[in-house]
Amino acid sequence: MEKFKNFTAVAAPLKEINIDTDKIIPKQYLKTIQRTGLGKGLFSEMRYNDDGTDNKNFVLNQDKYKNSKILVTGDNFGCGSSREHAPWALLDYGIKVVISTSFADIFYGNCFKNGMLPIVLDDKEVSLLMEETERGANATLGIDLENQEITTSDGNIINFKIDNFLKHCLLNGLDDIALTLEKDKDIGNYETEIKNIRPWV
Amino acid sequence: MSGARTIYDKIWDDHLVNKSEDGASLLYIDRHLIHEVTSPQAFEGLRVTNRKVRCPEKTLAVVDHNVPTTDRKNGIADEESRIQVEALAKNCKEFGIEYFNELDVRQGIVHVIGPEQGFTLPGTTIMCGDSHTSTHGAFGALAMGIGTSEVEHILATQTLIQKKAKNFRINVGGTPPKGVTAKDIILSIIGEIGTGGGTGSVIEYAGKAISDLTMEGRMTVCNMSIEGGARAGLIGPDEKTFAYMKDKPRSPKGDDFDKAIVYWNSLNTDKEAYFDREIYLDAASLPPVVTWGTSPEDVVSINGEVPDPELMDESKRQTKKNALEYMGLEPGTKIKDINLDIVFIGSCTNGRIEDLRQVAKVVEGHHVNENLNAMIVPGSGLVKEQAISEGLDKIFMAAGFEWREPGCSMCLAMNPDKLLPGQRCASTSNRNFEGRQGFRGRTHLVSPAMAAAAAIAGHFVDVREFTK
Repeated sequence: MEKFKNFTAVAAPLKEINIDTDKIIPKQYLKTIQRTGLGKGLFSEMRYNDDGTDNKNFVLNQDKYKNSKILVTGDNFGCGSSREHAPWALLDYGIKVVISTSFADIFYGNCFKNGMLPIVLDDKEVSLLMEETERGANATLGIDLENQEITTSDGNIINFKIDNFLKHCLLNGLDDIALTLEKDKDIGNYETEIKNIRPWV
Repeated sequence: MSGARTIYDKIWDDHLVNKSEDGASLLYIDRHLIHEVTSPQAFEGLRVTNRKVRCPEKTLAVVDHNVPTTDRKNGIADEESRIQVEALAKNCKEFGIEYFNELDVRQGIVHVIGPEQGFTLPGTTIMCGDSHTSTHGAFGALAMGIGTSEVEHILATQTLIQKKAKNFRINVGGTPPKGVTAKDIILSIIGEIGTGGGTGSVIEYAGKAISDLTMEGRMTVCNMSIEGGARAGLIGPDEKTFAYMKDKPRSPKGDDFDKAIVYWNSLNTDKEAYFDREIYLDAASLPPVVTWGTSPEDVVSINGEVPDPELMDESKRQTKKNALEYMGLEPGTKIKDINLDIVFIGSCTNGRIEDLRQVAKVVEGHHVNENLNAMIVPGSGLVKEQAISEGLDKIFMAAGFEWREPGCSMCLAMNPDKLLPGQRCASTSNRNFEGRQGFRGRTHLVSPAMAAAAAIAGHFVDVREFTK
């Protein structure tokens, strides 16, 4: 996994609440057997007209948000299915950070497995960022994971919380499975113990 | 590990391989279910890193999302679906995992076949790359949906790195009125707590109305925990659970079964156990419900009307306005006046034998309304066999229902069963998201009995007033 590096980029506001995984990546795109190439399906039902052309009303189709790497969204983003295709689609499109007041648990966890950073802020802070990003030209945010800071184009700084282990994995691009395989002996010991106390499992 | 504990605490403690200082724990996974949609990239990951499957015998594979529900002896016509199904078959062969293919009588929706095979056991940890894995919590198992990276993690290590969630107990007391089912209970709960209400928590369902439910009803309740935002839902195991487990193909036998019961009995939540949050509902006051919008929290009584977003909290208003526009509904419309094009009965929420019995009871001697199409899709080949042995298939077909082969079907439209744009469906599935059942399709979630009554009437009706 790539290491997460600080960056400044355009942020797009997506005000709706409860944006579900079916909206992020509709089911017809789930038939792939690869992790890549899902960007074209991102938000497809909102993003394209029936004839396949871009829906100009959708935020990511507006010129000022074309190069967004950050999304600022309404509450409970990523609710619904466990499909990792949702973060894969965001990442393939170029979105590395999503900011909201809350995320669905499975989506939240899936982001970290792909080097993406979901940031939880309070209502006021998300509203402030929504306002900032709606100004279009000034819609850039600086993301500093090391210091857990978001810097707005006006120079406002917002701090965010993140679990230390998850932060460490992102900053160092660590592979979870390799970390766990280092504990192979512990896993073996557990298996031996369970064979004796719960033989039916 | 002393002090009073919840069932979640106990299962968690019994599966800790080790705990690191930062609170991220390594949890042992007893059972792993996989299907064709969320596993191919995990197997590809194993191949790229040259890793093996640690315990192939602890994973069971089945094909469900992509399979057509019509005769499939001649294969799957859709090329992408066929490739995904073939990939699962090939991966299972390569890595030595047992696999039920689309022609196997044991094939069915992953969350129906787990319990049916006795693969699901109380007190175990069960994971699957599917959010409705919460279903298995009905047996007092810790069952959660995971992403594909975690599927790969389990295949390689038989563990997951997890942080402990909060304990949230939902007590449902009383006896529900006749015609009010497990589905109405869980939809009412979601209406109450919202789709984000269980985020960060494991929900334990308790109270008389829960323990009175059959195992099938308990599965319906736990199944939709994720619609309330909780990764897992749990119900303490009891005599009903043990009776269901007995003599299942993979459940413990003889002495082991007796020993297992002692352990399973010890799992129930201690009296003084601490819950981070607790709420109470009275089942006696619940009506049959219908969803009106595009989120499972948009729940209203069958005797109610479509609500007005203008009267809602500002933070929700625009989203709910969009939902009504998508659904093609006006505020104030009576739910009973909503006409339907399609009725879908099936899914991992309501595709079990008890669901089909409830439907048969309602539709026997009636005929599906001429203005709509109605289909019944059993949750597994074994559910189908059981239904046929009880003569339910004849009742369904005489009433004008299509009687299909098992699979996920129209719950998520990854197979040929889809709504057309604008079509309105009464569905026993679990999600009414935009496009869920087909591009621009409109979904109303209901119980099997309510779906059956609506199929006969052509519009929603109160199943309690529905007489022959």
